[in-house]
Amino acid sequence: MTTEAPAAPGAHDAQRRFDGMIAADERIEPRDWMPDGYRRTLIRQIAQHAHSEIIGMQPEGNWITRAPSLKRKAVLIAKVQDEAGHGLYLYSAAETLGVSREELLDLLHEGRQRYSSIFNYPTLTWADVGAIGWLVDGAAITNQVPLCRCSYGPYARAMVRICKEESFHQRQGFDSLYVLARGTGAQRRMAQDAVDRWYWPSLMMFGPPDAESAHSEQSMAWNIKRFTNDELRQRFVDIIVPQAEALGLTLPDPDIAWNAERGHYDFGTPDWDEFKQVLKGGGPCNRQRLEHRRRAHADGAWVREAARAHAAKRAARDTAGEAA
Amino acid sequence: MSGNENGAPQAEVDTATAAYVLRLGDDALIASQRLAELAARGPQLEEDVALANIALDLLGQARVLLDYAGRLEEQLTGVLRTEDDLAFLRDERQFCNARLVELPNTDFAHTVARQLLFSGYALELYTALQGSADETVAGVAGKAVKEVAYHRDHAARWAVRLGDGTEESSERMAAALEACWPYTGELFTPDEVTRTVAAAGVGADPAGLRPGWDAFIDGVLAEAGLHRPETAQITGPAGLGGRQGVHTEHLGYLLAEMQHIHRSHPGATW
Repeated sequence: MTTEAPAAPGAHDAQRRFDGMIAADERIEPRDWMPDGYRRTLIRQIAQHAHSEIIGMQPEGNWITRAPSLKRKAVLIAKVQDEAGHGLYLYSAAETLGVSREELLDLLHEGRQRYSSIFNYPTLTWADVGAIGWLVDGAAITNQVPLCRCSYGPYARAMVRICKEESFHQRQGFDSLYVLARGTGAQRRMAQDAVDRWYWPSLMMFGPPDAESAHSEQSMAWNIKRFTNDELRQRFVDIIVPQAEALGLTLPDPDIAWNAERGHYDFGTPDWDEFKQVLKGGGPCNRQRLEHRRRAHADGAWVREAARAHAAKRAARDTAGEAA
Repeated sequence: MSGNENGAPQAEVDTATAAYVLRLGDDALIASQRLAELAARGPQLEEDVALANIALDLLGQARVLLDYAGRLEEQLTGVLRTEDDLAFLRDERQFCNARLVELPNTDFAHTVARQLLFSGYALELYTALQGSADETVAGVAGKAVKEVAYHRDHAARWAVRLGDGTEESSERMAAALEACWPYTGELFTPDEVTRTVAAAGVGADPAGLRPGWDAFIDGVLAEAGLHRPETAQITGPAGLGGRQGVHTEHLGYLLAEMQHIHRSHPGATW
Protein backbone atom coordinates (compact mmCIF):
# COMPACT_ATOMS: atom_id res chain seq x y z
CA MET A 1 0.00 0.00 0.00
CA THR A 2 2.86 2.35 0.72
CA THR A 3 5.81 3.28 -1.43
CA GLU A 4 8.98 1.78 0.00
CA ALA A 5 11.68 4.26 0.84
CA PRO A 6 14.72 3.84 -1.34
CA ALA A 7 17.43 1.79 0.31
CA ALA A 8 19.96 3.36 -2.00
CA PRO A 9 23.21 4.86 -0.68
CA GLY A 10 21.50 8.26 -0.50
CA ALA A 11 18.94 6.97 1.99
CA HIS A 12 20.99 7.99 4.96
CA ASP A 13 21.25 11.55 3.66
CA ALA A 14 17.53 11.57 2.96
CA GLN A 15 16.79 10.54 6.53
CA ARG A 16 19.08 13.26 7.79
CA ARG A 17 17.40 15.83 5.61
CA PHE A 18 13.97 14.69 6.83
CA ASP A 19 15.06 14.84 10.47
CA GLY A 20 16.43 18.32 9.86
CA MET A 21 13.15 19.50 8.37
CA ILE A 22 11.20 18.10 11.33
CA ALA A 23 13.62 19.70 13.78
CA ALA A 24 13.22 23.05 12.01
CA ASP A 25 9.41 22.56 12.08
CA GLU A 26 9.21 22.72 8.29
CA ARG A 27 6.49 21.15 6.17
CA ILE A 28 7.05 17.80 4.48
CA GLU A 29 5.54 17.72 0.98
CA PRO A 30 4.53 14.68 -1.11
CA ARG A 31 7.68 14.89 -3.27
CA ASP A 32 9.97 14.80 -0.21
CA TRP A 33 11.53 11.58 1.00
CA MET A 34 9.92 10.38 4.23
CA PRO A 35 10.42 7.33 6.44
CA ASP A 36 7.96 4.47 5.90
CA GLY A 37 6.75 4.75 9.47
CA TYR A 38 5.89 8.42 8.98
CA ARG A 39 4.01 7.64 5.77
CA ARG A 40 2.14 4.72 7.36
CA THR A 41 1.20 6.78 10.41
CA LEU A 42 -0.15 9.58 8.24
CA ILE A 43 -2.08 7.24 5.98
CA ARG A 44 -3.63 5.59 9.01
CA GLN A 45 -4.51 8.90 10.65
CA ILE A 46 -5.77 10.74 7.56
CA ALA A 47 -7.80 7.72 6.44
CA GLN A 48 -9.35 7.37 9.88
CA HIS A 49 -10.18 11.04 9.78
CA ALA A 50 -11.71 10.78 6.28
CA HIS A 51 -13.71 7.70 7.31
CA SER A 52 -14.96 9.58 10.38
CA GLU A 53 -16.28 12.35 8.17
CA ILE A 54 -18.26 10.04 5.93
CA ILE A 55 -19.50 7.75 8.71
CA GLY A 56 -20.35 10.88 10.69
CA MET A 57 -22.82 11.82 7.96
CA GLN A 58 -25.09 9.00 9.12
CA PRO A 59 -26.03 9.94 12.68
CA GLU A 60 -26.82 13.49 11.61
CA GLY A 61 -28.24 12.59 8.22
CA ASN A 62 -30.64 10.51 10.30
CA TRP A 63 -32.45 13.75 11.23
CA ILE A 64 -32.50 15.66 7.95
CA THR A 65 -35.90 14.40 6.84
CA ARG A 66 -37.41 15.08 10.28
CA ALA A 67 -35.83 18.44 11.18
CA PRO A 68 -38.56 20.43 12.93
CA SER A 69 -38.13 23.71 11.02
CA LEU A 70 -37.09 24.50 7.47
CA LYS A 71 -34.24 26.68 8.71
CA ARG A 72 -32.80 23.86 10.83
CA LYS A 73 -33.27 21.45 7.95
CA ALA A 74 -31.24 23.74 5.67
CA VAL A 75 -28.49 24.09 8.28
CA LEU A 76 -28.34 20.33 8.75
CA ILE A 77 -28.23 19.52 5.03
CA ALA A 78 -25.42 22.04 4.62
CA LYS A 79 -23.53 20.46 7.51
CA VAL A 80 -23.83 16.92 6.17
CA GLN A 81 -22.77 18.21 2.76
CA ASP A 82 -19.70 19.81 4.35
CA GLU A 83 -18.82 16.46 5.93
CA ALA A 84 -18.92 14.78 2.53
CA GLY A 85 -16.69 17.60 1.26
CA HIS A 86 -14.26 17.09 4.15
CA GLY A 87 -14.17 13.40 3.30
CA LEU A 88 -13.21 14.35 -0.25
CA TYR A 89 -10.34 16.65 0.77
CA LEU A 90 -9.02 14.15 3.27
CA TYR A 91 -9.07 11.21 0.86
CA SER A 92 -7.25 13.49 -1.59
CA ALA A 93 -4.66 14.33 1.09
CA ALA A 94 -4.21 10.58 1.72
CA GLU A 95 -3.81 9.99 -2.03
CA THR A 96 -0.71 12.21 -2.02
CA LEU A 97 0.89 9.46 0.11
CA GLY A 98 0.39 6.85 -2.60
CA VAL A 99 -2.84 5.15 -1.63
CA SER A 100 -6.16 5.45 -3.50
CA ARG A 101 -9.57 6.36 -2.14
CA GLU A 102 -10.90 3.00 -3.38
CA GLU A 103 -8.27 1.10 -1.38
CA LEU A 104 -9.06 3.11 1.73
CA LEU A 105 -12.81 2.60 1.33
CA ASP A 106 -12.23 -1.13 0.95
CA LEU A 107 -10.23 -1.12 4.20
CA LEU A 108 -13.06 0.73 5.93
CA HIS A 109 -15.70 -1.63 4.57
CA GLU A 110 -13.67 -4.65 5.62
CA GLY A 111 -13.34 -3.22 9.12
CA ARG A 112 -9.55 -3.00 8.80
CA GLN A 113 -9.39 0.76 9.30
CA ARG A 114 -11.23 2.70 11.96
CA TYR A 115 -13.37 5.77 12.19
CA SER A 116 -14.07 7.86 15.26
CA SER A 117 -15.90 5.71 17.81
CA ILE A 118 -18.22 8.57 18.71
CA PHE A 119 -20.32 7.78 15.64
CA ASN A 120 -21.16 4.37 17.06
CA TYR A 121 -23.60 6.07 19.40
CA PRO A 122 -27.17 6.62 18.20
CA THR A 123 -28.88 9.98 17.59
CA LEU A 124 -32.15 9.39 19.41
CA THR A 125 -33.84 12.78 19.46
CA TRP A 126 -33.68 16.06 17.57
CA ALA A 127 -31.62 17.54 20.41
CA ASP A 128 -28.84 15.07 19.61
CA VAL A 129 -28.16 17.08 16.47
CA GLY A 130 -27.48 20.17 18.59
CA ALA A 131 -25.47 18.21 21.16
CA ILE A 132 -23.30 16.70 18.42
CA GLY A 133 -22.68 20.14 16.95
CA TRP A 134 -21.74 21.59 20.29
CA LEU A 135 -19.82 18.73 21.92
CA VAL A 136 -18.65 16.44 19.11
CA ASP A 137 -17.72 19.20 16.68
CA GLY A 138 -16.30 21.14 19.61
CA ALA A 139 -14.06 18.20 20.56
CA ALA A 140 -13.13 17.68 16.92
CA ILE A 141 -12.05 21.31 16.57
CA THR A 142 -9.97 21.11 19.75
CA ASN A 143 -8.25 18.08 18.25
CA GLN A 144 -7.94 19.53 14.77
CA VAL A 145 -6.79 23.10 15.26
CA PRO A 146 -3.25 21.91 16.19
CA LEU A 147 -3.32 19.68 13.08
CA CYS A 148 -3.35 22.85 10.95
CA ARG A 149 0.36 23.00 11.96
CA CYS A 150 0.98 19.31 11.31
CA SER A 151 4.30 18.59 9.60
CA TYR A 152 2.69 17.02 6.53
CA GLY A 153 1.71 19.86 4.17
CA PRO A 154 -1.36 18.45 2.38
CA TYR A 155 -2.94 17.32 5.68
CA ALA A 156 -2.22 20.64 7.39
CA ARG A 157 -3.77 22.58 4.50
CA ALA A 158 -6.87 20.36 4.41
CA MET A 159 -7.27 20.95 8.14
CA VAL A 160 -7.23 24.73 7.78
CA ARG A 161 -10.27 24.59 5.54
CA ILE A 162 -12.00 21.92 7.62
CA CYS A 163 -11.52 23.79 10.91
CA LYS A 164 -13.20 26.89 9.53
CA GLU A 165 -16.29 24.91 8.60
CA GLU A 166 -16.27 22.89 11.81
CA SER A 167 -16.28 25.98 13.97
CA PHE A 168 -19.33 27.17 12.06
CA HIS A 169 -21.02 23.81 12.78
CA GLN A 170 -20.11 24.06 16.43
CA ARG A 171 -21.75 27.49 16.72
CA GLN A 172 -24.86 26.24 14.97
CA GLY A 173 -25.08 23.28 17.33
CA PHE A 174 -24.72 25.57 20.33
CA ASP A 175 -27.39 27.88 18.92
CA SER A 176 -29.79 24.99 18.36
CA LEU A 177 -29.31 23.73 21.94
CA TYR A 178 -29.65 27.27 23.28
CA VAL A 179 -33.08 27.59 21.68
CA LEU A 180 -34.14 24.17 23.04
CA ALA A 181 -32.86 25.00 26.53
CA ARG A 182 -35.08 28.07 26.52
CA GLY A 183 -38.03 26.36 24.90
CA THR A 184 -40.88 24.27 26.26
CA GLY A 185 -40.37 21.83 29.13
CA ALA A 186 -40.22 18.96 26.68
CA GLN A 187 -37.59 20.70 24.56
CA ARG A 188 -35.50 21.48 27.63
CA ARG A 189 -35.65 17.88 28.82
CA MET A 190 -34.70 16.71 25.33
CA ALA A 191 -31.67 19.03 25.32
CA GLN A 192 -30.50 17.92 28.79
CA ASP A 193 -30.95 14.25 27.91
CA ALA A 194 -28.87 14.70 24.76
CA VAL A 195 -26.06 16.44 26.66
CA ASP A 196 -26.18 13.69 29.30
CA ARG A 197 -25.66 11.05 26.61
CA TRP A 198 -23.01 12.86 24.52
CA TYR A 199 -20.77 14.35 27.23
CA TRP A 200 -18.74 11.26 28.13
CA PRO A 201 -18.35 9.93 24.59
CA SER A 202 -17.12 13.39 23.52
CA LEU A 203 -14.40 13.28 26.21
CA MET A 204 -13.39 9.87 24.86
CA MET A 205 -12.83 11.41 21.41
CA PHE A 206 -9.37 12.55 22.53
CA GLY A 207 -8.30 8.95 22.85
CA PRO A 208 -7.04 6.97 25.83
CA PRO A 209 -5.08 8.59 28.67
CA ASP A 210 -1.52 9.52 27.67
CA ALA A 211 -0.04 6.61 29.60
CA GLU A 212 -1.98 4.15 27.41
CA SER A 213 -1.83 5.93 24.06
CA ALA A 214 -0.10 3.67 21.54
CA HIS A 215 0.87 6.17 18.87
CA SER A 216 1.22 9.46 20.70
CA GLU A 217 4.92 9.66 21.43
CA GLN A 218 6.17 9.00 17.90
CA SER A 219 3.49 11.28 16.38
CA MET A 220 4.59 14.08 18.69
CA ALA A 221 8.22 13.55 17.67
CA TRP A 222 7.21 13.82 14.02
CA ASN A 223 5.22 17.02 14.62
CA ILE A 224 2.05 15.28 13.48
CA LYS A 225 0.57 15.63 16.91
CA ARG A 226 1.30 18.79 18.89
CA PHE A 227 -0.45 18.11 22.20
CA THR A 228 -1.15 14.94 24.13
CA ASN A 229 -4.61 13.39 24.45
CA ASP A 230 -4.91 14.50 28.07
CA GLU A 231 -3.83 18.06 27.29
CA LEU A 232 -6.45 18.36 24.58
CA ARG A 233 -9.14 16.78 26.77
CA GLN A 234 -8.39 19.34 29.49
CA ARG A 235 -8.53 22.18 26.97
CA PHE A 236 -11.93 20.95 25.78
CA VAL A 237 -13.38 20.67 29.29
CA ASP A 238 -12.14 24.18 30.07
CA ILE A 239 -14.06 25.45 27.03
CA ILE A 240 -17.34 23.60 27.54
CA VAL A 241 -17.90 24.13 31.27
CA PRO A 242 -18.66 27.86 30.91
CA GLN A 243 -20.57 27.16 27.68
CA ALA A 244 -22.80 24.69 29.52
CA GLU A 245 -23.50 27.39 32.09
CA ALA A 246 -24.44 29.81 29.30
CA LEU A 247 -26.78 27.18 27.89
CA GLY A 248 -28.35 26.59 31.28
CA LEU A 249 -27.68 22.85 30.97
CA THR A 250 -25.66 20.67 33.30
CA LEU A 251 -22.81 18.35 32.38
CA PRO A 252 -23.33 14.88 33.86
CA ASP A 253 -20.05 14.92 35.75
CA PRO A 254 -20.14 15.53 39.52
CA ASP A 255 -16.36 15.97 39.60
CA ILE A 256 -16.35 19.16 37.59
CA ALA A 257 -14.90 21.91 39.77
CA TRP A 258 -12.60 24.85 39.18
CA ASN A 259 -9.11 24.12 40.41
CA ALA A 260 -7.49 27.49 41.09
CA GLU A 261 -4.11 25.93 41.69
CA ARG A 262 -3.98 24.29 38.26
CA GLY A 263 -5.93 27.06 36.54
CA HIS A 264 -8.15 24.39 34.99
CA TYR A 265 -11.38 22.57 35.67
CA ASP A 266 -11.08 19.19 37.33
CA PHE A 267 -13.33 16.58 35.81
CA GLY A 268 -14.20 12.90 36.13
CA THR A 269 -12.75 9.87 34.40
CA PRO A 270 -14.58 8.50 31.39
CA ASP A 271 -15.50 4.84 31.47
CA TRP A 272 -12.51 3.52 29.55
CA ASP A 273 -13.95 0.01 29.55
CA GLU A 274 -16.89 1.33 27.56
CA PHE A 275 -14.44 3.09 25.23
CA LYS A 276 -12.59 -0.17 24.60
CA GLN A 277 -15.81 -2.05 24.15
CA VAL A 278 -17.05 0.41 21.48
CA LEU A 279 -13.63 0.41 19.80
CA LYS A 280 -13.78 -3.39 19.57
CA GLY A 281 -17.13 -3.21 17.79
CA GLY A 282 -19.44 -3.51 20.77
CA GLY A 283 -20.98 -0.03 20.60
CA PRO A 284 -24.68 0.48 19.98
CA CYS A 285 -24.29 1.29 16.26
CA ASN A 286 -20.97 -0.19 15.04
CA ARG A 287 -22.64 -2.84 12.94
CA GLN A 288 -25.34 -0.51 11.66
CA ARG A 289 -22.93 2.25 10.57
CA LEU A 290 -20.66 -0.12 8.68
CA GLU A 291 -23.55 -1.97 7.09
CA HIS A 292 -25.08 1.31 5.93
CA ARG A 293 -21.74 2.30 4.36
CA ARG A 294 -21.31 -1.08 2.68
CA ARG A 295 -24.87 -1.03 1.38
CA ALA A 296 -24.56 2.50 -0.08
CA HIS A 297 -21.30 1.47 -1.73
CA ALA A 298 -22.73 -1.79 -3.08
CA ASP A 299 -25.94 -0.09 -4.27
CA GLY A 300 -23.81 2.45 -6.11
CA ALA A 301 -21.58 -0.13 -7.82
CA TRP A 302 -23.66 -0.26 -11.01
CA VAL A 303 -23.70 3.55 -11.17
CA ARG A 304 -19.92 3.85 -10.87
CA GLU A 305 -19.50 1.07 -13.40
CA ALA A 306 -21.85 2.87 -15.81
CA ALA A 307 -19.88 6.10 -15.44
CA ARG A 308 -16.63 4.25 -16.22
CA ALA A 309 -18.19 2.43 -19.18
CA HIS A 310 -19.58 5.67 -20.57
CA ALA A 311 -16.26 7.48 -20.19
CA ALA A 312 -14.52 4.63 -22.03
CA LYS A 313 -17.08 4.68 -24.85
CA ARG A 314 -16.76 8.40 -25.17
CA ALA A 315 -12.96 8.23 -25.27
CA ALA A 316 -13.15 5.49 -27.93
CA ARG A 317 -15.53 7.60 -30.01
CA ASP A 318 -13.23 10.63 -29.67
CA THR A 319 -10.24 8.56 -30.80
CA ALA A 320 -12.23 7.13 -33.73
CA GLY A 321 -13.34 10.66 -34.61
CA GLU A 322 -9.76 11.91 -34.62
CA ALA A 323 -8.56 8.98 -36.72
CA ALA A 324 -11.28 9.50 -39.34
CA MET B 1 -45.81 38.43 -20.04
CA SER B 2 -47.69 41.67 -20.18
CA GLY B 3 -50.26 43.26 -17.91
CA ASN B 4 -53.63 42.11 -16.79
CA GLU B 5 -54.98 41.49 -20.27
CA ASN B 6 -58.26 39.83 -19.43
CA GLY B 7 -58.96 42.44 -16.85
CA ALA B 8 -59.71 39.93 -14.07
CA PRO B 9 -60.71 41.64 -10.82
CA GLN B 10 -57.68 42.28 -8.61
CA ALA B 11 -59.07 40.07 -5.84
CA GLU B 12 -59.18 37.17 -8.28
CA VAL B 13 -55.59 37.82 -9.39
CA ASP B 14 -54.43 38.03 -5.76
CA THR B 15 -56.12 34.76 -4.88
CA ALA B 16 -54.64 33.04 -7.92
CA THR B 17 -51.19 34.49 -7.22
CA ALA B 18 -51.23 33.16 -3.65
CA ALA B 19 -52.24 29.72 -4.94
CA TYR B 20 -49.63 29.84 -7.71
CA VAL B 21 -46.76 30.82 -5.41
CA LEU B 22 -47.79 28.05 -3.01
CA ARG B 23 -47.57 25.53 -5.87
CA LEU B 24 -44.08 26.70 -6.74
CA GLY B 25 -43.07 26.47 -3.10
CA ASP B 26 -44.56 23.00 -2.67
CA ASP B 27 -42.78 21.70 -5.78
CA ALA B 28 -39.46 22.93 -4.44
CA LEU B 29 -40.08 21.70 -0.88
CA ILE B 30 -41.14 18.18 -1.80
CA ALA B 31 -38.40 17.83 -4.43
CA SER B 32 -35.88 18.91 -1.79
CA GLN B 33 -37.21 16.54 0.85
CA ARG B 34 -36.93 13.59 -1.55
CA LEU B 35 -33.35 14.42 -2.45
CA ALA B 36 -32.39 15.05 1.16
CA GLU B 37 -33.38 11.46 1.97
CA LEU B 38 -30.28 10.42 0.07
CA ALA B 39 -27.79 12.01 2.48
CA ALA B 40 -24.96 9.49 3.01
CA ARG B 41 -26.56 7.12 0.49
CA GLY B 42 -25.02 8.37 -2.76
CA PRO B 43 -23.19 6.01 -5.14
CA GLN B 44 -20.00 8.01 -4.53
CA LEU B 45 -18.89 10.86 -2.31
CA GLU B 46 -19.10 13.42 -5.11
CA GLU B 47 -22.80 12.58 -5.46
CA ASP B 48 -23.40 13.00 -1.74
CA VAL B 49 -22.07 16.52 -2.17
CA ALA B 50 -23.99 17.22 -5.39
CA LEU B 51 -27.35 15.85 -4.25
CA ALA B 52 -27.14 17.72 -0.96
CA ASN B 53 -26.27 20.86 -2.85
CA ILE B 54 -29.33 20.52 -5.08
CA ALA B 55 -31.57 19.70 -2.11
CA LEU B 56 -30.27 22.80 -0.38
CA ASP B 57 -30.93 25.05 -3.40
CA LEU B 58 -34.47 23.71 -3.66
CA LEU B 59 -35.06 24.16 0.04
CA GLY B 60 -33.84 27.75 -0.24
CA GLN B 61 -36.32 28.36 -3.06
CA ALA B 62 -39.09 26.68 -1.09
CA ARG B 63 -38.49 28.84 1.98
CA VAL B 64 -38.71 32.13 0.08
CA LEU B 65 -41.76 30.98 -1.87
CA LEU B 66 -43.64 29.58 1.12
CA ASP B 67 -42.88 32.68 3.14
CA TYR B 68 -44.26 34.80 0.30
CA ALA B 69 -47.29 32.54 -0.21
CA GLY B 70 -48.07 32.96 3.49
CA ARG B 71 -47.88 36.73 3.26
CA LEU B 72 -50.04 36.85 0.12
CA GLU B 73 -52.59 34.66 1.87
CA GLU B 74 -52.52 36.95 4.90
CA GLN B 75 -53.57 39.85 2.71
CA LEU B 76 -56.62 37.84 1.66
CA THR B 77 -57.57 36.21 4.95
CA GLY B 78 -55.95 38.36 7.60
CA VAL B 79 -54.28 35.27 9.03
CA LEU B 80 -50.53 34.75 8.60
CA ARG B 81 -49.07 31.30 8.10
CA THR B 82 -45.27 31.15 8.22
CA GLU B 83 -43.06 28.97 6.03
CA ASP B 84 -43.02 26.40 8.84
CA ASP B 85 -46.81 26.52 9.31
CA LEU B 86 -47.21 25.81 5.62
CA ALA B 87 -44.57 23.07 5.52
CA PHE B 88 -45.43 21.25 8.73
CA LEU B 89 -49.08 21.90 9.50
CA ARG B 90 -50.84 21.10 6.25
CA ASP B 91 -52.13 17.64 5.35
CA GLU B 92 -51.69 15.75 2.12
CA ARG B 93 -54.80 17.13 0.45
CA GLN B 94 -53.61 20.69 1.05
CA PHE B 95 -50.25 20.20 -0.70
CA CYS B 96 -50.34 21.30 -4.32
CA ASN B 97 -47.01 20.09 -5.66
CA ALA B 98 -46.89 18.19 -8.92
CA ARG B 99 -46.89 14.45 -8.24
CA LEU B 100 -43.63 13.99 -10.13
CA VAL B 101 -41.53 15.45 -7.30
CA GLU B 102 -42.97 13.12 -4.66
CA LEU B 103 -42.02 9.92 -6.52
CA PRO B 104 -39.64 7.79 -4.44
CA ASN B 105 -35.89 7.26 -4.94
CA THR B 106 -36.39 3.67 -6.04
CA ASP B 107 -32.82 3.57 -7.32
CA PHE B 108 -30.30 6.16 -8.50
CA ALA B 109 -31.79 6.05 -12.02
CA HIS B 110 -35.20 7.03 -10.63
CA THR B 111 -33.64 9.96 -8.81
CA VAL B 112 -31.89 11.04 -12.00
CA ALA B 113 -35.04 10.63 -14.12
CA ARG B 114 -37.19 12.61 -11.69
CA GLN B 115 -34.59 15.36 -11.44
CA LEU B 116 -34.11 15.49 -15.21
CA LEU B 117 -37.80 15.83 -15.95
CA PHE B 118 -38.46 18.25 -13.11
CA SER B 119 -35.42 20.50 -13.47
CA GLY B 120 -35.97 20.61 -17.24
CA TYR B 121 -39.39 22.06 -16.45
CA ALA B 122 -38.12 24.31 -13.65
CA LEU B 123 -35.54 25.93 -15.92
CA GLU B 124 -38.18 26.78 -18.55
CA LEU B 125 -40.46 28.04 -15.79
CA TYR B 126 -37.98 30.26 -13.95
CA THR B 127 -36.61 31.60 -17.21
CA ALA B 128 -40.12 32.80 -18.02
CA LEU B 129 -40.80 34.05 -14.49
CA GLN B 130 -37.79 36.35 -14.51
CA GLY B 131 -40.12 38.73 -16.35
CA SER B 132 -42.96 38.39 -13.85
CA ALA B 133 -44.95 41.51 -13.03
CA ASP B 134 -44.65 40.43 -9.38
CA GLU B 135 -41.30 41.64 -8.12
CA THR B 136 -40.88 38.92 -5.53
CA VAL B 137 -41.63 36.19 -8.05
CA ALA B 138 -39.23 37.79 -10.54
CA GLY B 139 -36.57 38.02 -7.83
CA VAL B 140 -36.91 34.35 -6.85
CA ALA B 141 -36.81 33.38 -10.52
CA GLY B 142 -33.67 35.42 -11.16
CA LYS B 143 -31.78 33.48 -8.51
CA ALA B 144 -33.45 30.12 -9.14
CA VAL B 145 -32.72 30.12 -12.85
CA LYS B 146 -28.99 29.82 -12.20
CA GLU B 147 -29.51 27.07 -9.65
CA VAL B 148 -31.89 24.95 -11.72
CA ALA B 149 -29.64 25.31 -14.77
CA TYR B 150 -27.02 23.45 -12.73
CA HIS B 151 -29.58 20.91 -11.48
CA ARG B 152 -30.68 20.23 -15.04
CA ASP B 153 -27.13 19.88 -16.25
CA HIS B 154 -26.27 17.50 -13.41
CA ALA B 155 -29.29 15.29 -14.15
CA ALA B 156 -28.68 15.38 -17.91
CA ARG B 157 -25.08 14.27 -17.51
CA TRP B 158 -26.12 11.35 -15.36
CA ALA B 159 -28.97 10.41 -17.70
CA VAL B 160 -26.42 10.22 -20.53
CA ARG B 161 -23.88 8.27 -18.44
CA LEU B 162 -26.50 5.78 -17.35
CA GLY B 163 -28.27 5.55 -20.71
CA ASP B 164 -24.99 5.14 -22.56
CA GLY B 165 -23.17 3.20 -19.84
CA THR B 166 -23.63 -0.51 -19.25
CA GLU B 167 -26.53 -2.73 -20.27
CA GLU B 168 -27.76 -2.71 -16.68
CA SER B 169 -27.58 1.05 -16.30
CA SER B 170 -29.32 1.61 -19.61
CA GLU B 171 -32.16 -0.73 -18.61
CA ARG B 172 -32.49 0.93 -15.23
CA MET B 173 -32.54 4.40 -16.76
CA ALA B 174 -35.19 3.38 -19.29
CA ALA B 175 -37.32 1.83 -16.54
CA ALA B 176 -36.99 4.94 -14.39
CA LEU B 177 -38.07 7.19 -17.24
CA GLU B 178 -41.07 4.94 -17.86
CA ALA B 179 -42.02 5.23 -14.20
CA CYS B 180 -41.71 9.02 -14.02
CA TRP B 181 -43.00 9.94 -17.44
CA PRO B 182 -46.73 9.54 -16.70
CA TYR B 183 -46.46 12.33 -14.14
CA THR B 184 -44.96 14.93 -16.48
CA GLY B 185 -48.24 15.91 -18.12
CA GLU B 186 -49.54 17.82 -15.14
CA LEU B 187 -46.52 20.12 -15.16
CA PHE B 188 -47.84 21.59 -18.40
CA THR B 189 -51.60 21.51 -17.79
CA PRO B 190 -53.22 24.94 -17.48
CA ASP B 191 -56.08 25.51 -15.07
CA GLU B 192 -57.94 28.48 -13.65
CA VAL B 193 -55.03 29.51 -11.43
CA THR B 194 -52.40 29.45 -14.17
CA ARG B 195 -54.75 31.14 -16.65
CA THR B 196 -55.38 34.00 -14.24
CA VAL B 197 -51.74 34.54 -13.24
CA ALA B 198 -50.54 34.22 -16.81
CA ALA B 199 -53.07 36.79 -17.98
CA ALA B 200 -51.97 39.12 -15.18
CA GLY B 201 -48.34 38.78 -16.19
CA VAL B 202 -47.47 37.27 -12.81
CA GLY B 203 -47.12 33.63 -13.80
CA ALA B 204 -46.28 31.55 -16.85
CA ASP B 205 -48.69 29.62 -19.03
CA PRO B 206 -47.57 26.02 -18.35
CA ALA B 207 -48.46 24.90 -21.86
CA GLY B 208 -46.04 27.50 -23.20
CA LEU B 209 -43.16 25.84 -21.32
CA ARG B 210 -43.66 22.54 -23.08
CA PRO B 211 -41.88 23.09 -26.43
CA GLY B 212 -38.62 24.12 -24.78
CA TRP B 213 -38.85 21.19 -22.37
CA ASP B 214 -39.64 18.73 -25.17
CA ALA B 215 -36.68 19.86 -27.22
CA PHE B 216 -34.30 19.63 -24.26
CA ILE B 217 -35.51 16.21 -23.12
CA ASP B 218 -35.39 14.83 -26.67
CA GLY B 219 -31.81 16.04 -26.98
CA VAL B 220 -30.76 14.30 -23.75
CA LEU B 221 -32.58 11.08 -24.66
CA ALA B 222 -30.92 11.01 -28.07
CA GLU B 223 -27.47 11.48 -26.54
CA ALA B 224 -28.23 8.81 -23.95
CA GLY B 225 -29.50 6.34 -26.55
CA LEU B 226 -32.89 6.25 -24.82
CA HIS B 227 -36.39 6.54 -26.18
CA ARG B 228 -39.21 8.80 -25.13
CA PRO B 229 -41.52 6.54 -23.12
CA GLU B 230 -44.94 5.90 -24.58
CA THR B 231 -46.61 5.30 -21.23
CA ALA B 232 -49.93 7.07 -20.83
CA GLN B 233 -50.29 10.01 -18.48
CA ILE B 234 -51.76 9.15 -15.10
CA THR B 235 -54.69 11.29 -14.14
CA GLY B 236 -56.34 11.31 -10.77
CA PRO B 237 -60.06 10.76 -10.19
CA ALA B 238 -62.14 13.24 -12.20
CA GLY B 239 -58.95 14.52 -13.80
CA LEU B 240 -57.65 15.84 -10.49
CA GLY B 241 -53.93 15.74 -9.74
CA GLY B 242 -51.27 17.16 -7.49
CA ARG B 243 -52.24 20.78 -8.14
CA GLN B 244 -55.65 20.01 -6.65
CA GLY B 245 -54.13 18.12 -3.72
CA VAL B 246 -54.79 14.66 -5.16
CA HIS B 247 -51.47 12.86 -4.81
CA THR B 248 -49.83 9.48 -5.04
CA GLU B 249 -49.80 7.31 -1.92
CA HIS B 250 -46.12 8.21 -1.49
CA LEU B 251 -46.76 11.75 -0.31
CA GLY B 252 -48.47 10.75 2.93
CA TYR B 253 -45.39 8.90 4.15
CA LEU B 254 -43.09 11.71 3.11
CA LEU B 255 -45.18 14.21 5.08
CA ALA B 256 -45.55 11.92 8.10
CA GLU B 257 -41.79 11.74 8.40
CA MET B 258 -41.20 15.40 7.65
CA GLN B 259 -43.86 16.78 9.97
CA HIS B 260 -44.02 14.55 13.01
CA ILE B 261 -41.55 16.28 15.34
CA HIS B 262 -42.82 19.72 14.53
CA ARG B 263 -46.39 18.55 15.20
CA SER B 264 -45.42 16.77 18.42
CA HIS B 265 -44.46 20.11 19.97
CA PRO B 266 -47.28 22.53 19.13
CA GLY B 267 -46.22 26.15 19.31
CA ALA B 268 -42.57 25.37 20.04
CA THR B 269 -39.74 27.42 18.54
CA TRP B 270 -36.76 25.62 17.03
